[in-house]
Amino acid sequence: MIDGILGFAVLLVKIAVVLGILLLLAAYLVWMERKLLGRFQVRLGPNRAGIFGLLQPIADALKMVTKEDIVPDQADRLLFLLAPAVVTATALLMFAVVPFGPDLTLMGKIVPMVVSDINVGLLFVFAMSSLGVYGVALGGWASNSKYSLLGGIRGAAQMISYELALGLSLVPVVMLSGSFSLVEIVRAQARIPFVLIQPVSFIIFIIAAMAESKRIPFDLPEAENELGAGYSTEYSGMRFGMFFIGEYVHIQVLGALVAVFFLSGWRGPVLPGPVWLLIKMLAVAMVMIWIRATLPRFRYDQLMEIGWKVLIPVSLINIVATGALMMLF
Amino acid sequence: MQPIVDPFPLSPWIPGPFSLIAYAFAVAVITAILLFVSSWLGEKKPNPEKLRPYESGVIPTGTARLRFPVPFYLVAIFFLIFDVEGAFIFAWAVSAESLGWTGFLEITFFIFVLIVGLFYVWKKGGLDWRPQRTRK
Repeated sequence: MIDGILGFAVLLVKIAVVLGILLLLAAYLVWMERKLLGRFQVRLGPNRAGIFGLLQPIADALKMVTKEDIVPDQADRLLFLLAPAVVTATALLMFAVVPFGPDLTLMGKIVPMVVSDINVGLLFVFAMSSLGVYGVALGGWASNSKYSLLGGIRGAAQMISYELALGLSLVPVVMLSGSFSLVEIVRAQARIPFVLIQPVSFIIFIIAAMAESKRIPFDLPEAENELGAGYSTEYSGMRFGMFFIGEYVHIQVLGALVAVFFLSGWRGPVLPGPVWLLIKMLAVAMVMIWIRATLPRFRYDQLMEIGWKVLIPVSLINIVATGALMMLF
Repeated sequence: MQPIVDPFPLSPWIPGPFSLIAYAFAVAVITAILLFVSSWLGEKKPNPEKLRPYESGVIPTGTARLRFPVPFYLVAIFFLIFDVEGAFIFAWAVSAESLGWTGFLEITFFIFVLIVGLFYVWKKGGLDWRPQRTRK
């Protein structure tokens, strides 16, 4: 009994730390992005609230919380109110299966540095990623605004198209590690990170991940100069903030997944595991911001062509090629 | 994949279903708090202008529930087909090593059929997003 309560307490602390870091980092990722974009465009970026603008995320959060929560006329009220929660919750849930360090030993008990090592972890990630589409599509539909509807439909079509490429690009990783469990996948990369064995998968995964998180150059669902703010046009206050939190948590999770599947997860010399995972996550996020500052937006037909006519055939051929090489050697 | 041999699968020390449920519960609580805060704090002074859908300052005309173009529907159908087939490929991938050459040749044939299907859709114009006008 005591043992169970103690275990539960340890679990709660672990969950609190994971969620706290995810949410805090989401806020500071926004700050980092604004700061870097500022520098890329020869501006200063936020620098008023606190030193280097470091209090900006807190100021933003306070402002969003105290803003009026407007529900537009004739909106589908319930769906409108709940859609942002779907985006945030699915993004946070995806992190549950990501391992962030080697097992710790605490009072003779092994405390694994992962929230939940279910043996279908990879499929769980995909399930959550698919459910995230609902938040975007329903939010856009429920607003009863033309911009929102168009943004929602575009978002849904884009996310399901790139999810295929995202899934297929991971088949070689599953083949090489022989497991869906993310802990096993990291263990399989003890000798060599998969990015060196599977560079094609790595590139497809990064491109598809950027399209999944709806960022420039794939930000058609919220193309400012065509659709206002796309599916989040009608949202205000913290509900808009929840779409934002969801998006930035999603970026972190995708960064963590890139690290787990291709960059050998938390493994690295000298520094402890969680720090390495954090470094890799931030490196991926930084590359995403860099690409955002560099590239213009795709046209919709180009977006669909890259997804269906390039990424999917290439990843299918990559699977067969990997399989053949695995059988031969 | 090895079979699950947890003596007590709901133990909080094991990173299994129990911790996932606890995590999901924590996430639900956080999103509930955020939802509650957003409707609790903040002003509430609605007026007709504020509640009107935003269309860049123009007063909206007609319903916003537009009929959307057919290609989006086609994409949804293609997604269903290819996602199910992706699930078959995953089922092979996890035991690729032990299935050996037999499994590999079978999945190669399967993927070949899949690629032929993709090219069929492609040739039929299912993936065309450009306007169909012919230029003079």
